[in-house]
Amino acid sequence: MFKGLIGKKIGMTQIFDENGSAVPITLIEAGPCYVTQVRSVEQDGYSAVQLGFGETKPKRLTGGQLGHLKITDAPPLRIIREFRSKKHELKAGDTLTVEAFELGDHVDVIGISKGKGFAGGMKRHNFSGGPKTHGQSDRQRSVGSIGATSTPGKVWKGKKMPGRMGNDRVTAQNLKIVLVDTERNLLGIKGSVPGAKGGVVQIKEVRKQ
Amino acid sequence: MDELLRAVEAQRNENVKDVEPGDVVSVHVRIKEGSRERVQEFKGTVIASGNAGNNANFTVRRVAANGIGVERKFLYNSPRIEKIVVERSSHVRRAKLYYLRDRTGKSARLKQRIKK
Repeated sequence: MFKGLIGKKIGMTQIFDENGSAVPITLIEAGPCYVTQVRSVEQDGYSAVQLGFGETKPKRLTGGQLGHLKITDAPPLRIIREFRSKKHELKAGDTLTVEAFELGDHVDVIGISKGKGFAGGMKRHNFSGGPKTHGQSDRQRSVGSIGATSTPGKVWKGKKMPGRMGNDRVTAQNLKIVLVDTERNLLGIKGSVPGAKGGVVQIKEVRKQ
Repeated sequence: MDELLRAVEAQRNENVKDVEPGDVVSVHVRIKEGSRERVQEFKGTVIASGNAGNNANFTVRRVAANGIGVERKFLYNSPRIEKIVVERSSHVRRAKLYYLRDRTGKSARLKQRIKK
């Protein structure tokens, strides 16, 4: 069975489980997703399902996008993502809802993390910074040495340094589904999920367990 | 988007009345031990109560054997609370009674307030 959806992050709250313990959850408005195309090994060289999500006005899409969606009679959709899947029985034109997932399922959630702007070494790479005392000045949050002397005479490629942080594709693995609301198309996932409220997330079956 | 959050959140537990700082309360909590369920009582003074939407809570402090202070935080929405009995209210001049943590014996007493 194929399990995968595109959704919108709503925010975090807490609910109570059957024992009455409070469980932190991230609420995701997921689906309905339309299968807009099926990629096969014979035709495309790989096997995947293309899903669309997020109904919008037709005038917000380009002619090409509308034409592609028209093949499967799907409504105008804002977001289209492909999910690699070798065994699935989906055909173009199918619809997926939160019913694809069950309570207790474990999933991976992919999102775009919040952008932090230009961040220093301490925030970006967990550097320790410099000493606060012993006559130090201007060193509390500095990165320290970035390499040796004339050998090698350069800074190694990939050296961890300050720079742009966040706004990356991040996967949160092995999260448990604790709420499925078929009426409102909602999924409650235990714990946090990458990205800001309103951000687009992909929910997939777990890769490692 | 907030409405969706509100929709899945637990409603206020009707058995839980509002408590005020200084109240001496007895909180009856359902506890699951394996398959058995029983009710445990936690009696003490309310030293703090906070509004935090779905996370609104209050803190009860009791002094256990050997003068060891035990504090427990309860959620107003928690389905585990069976009932709350307010046994006595006190005249207090602040919202958070954290100063009680540093006091023992006579100085840790609160003046009773008779509610009208």
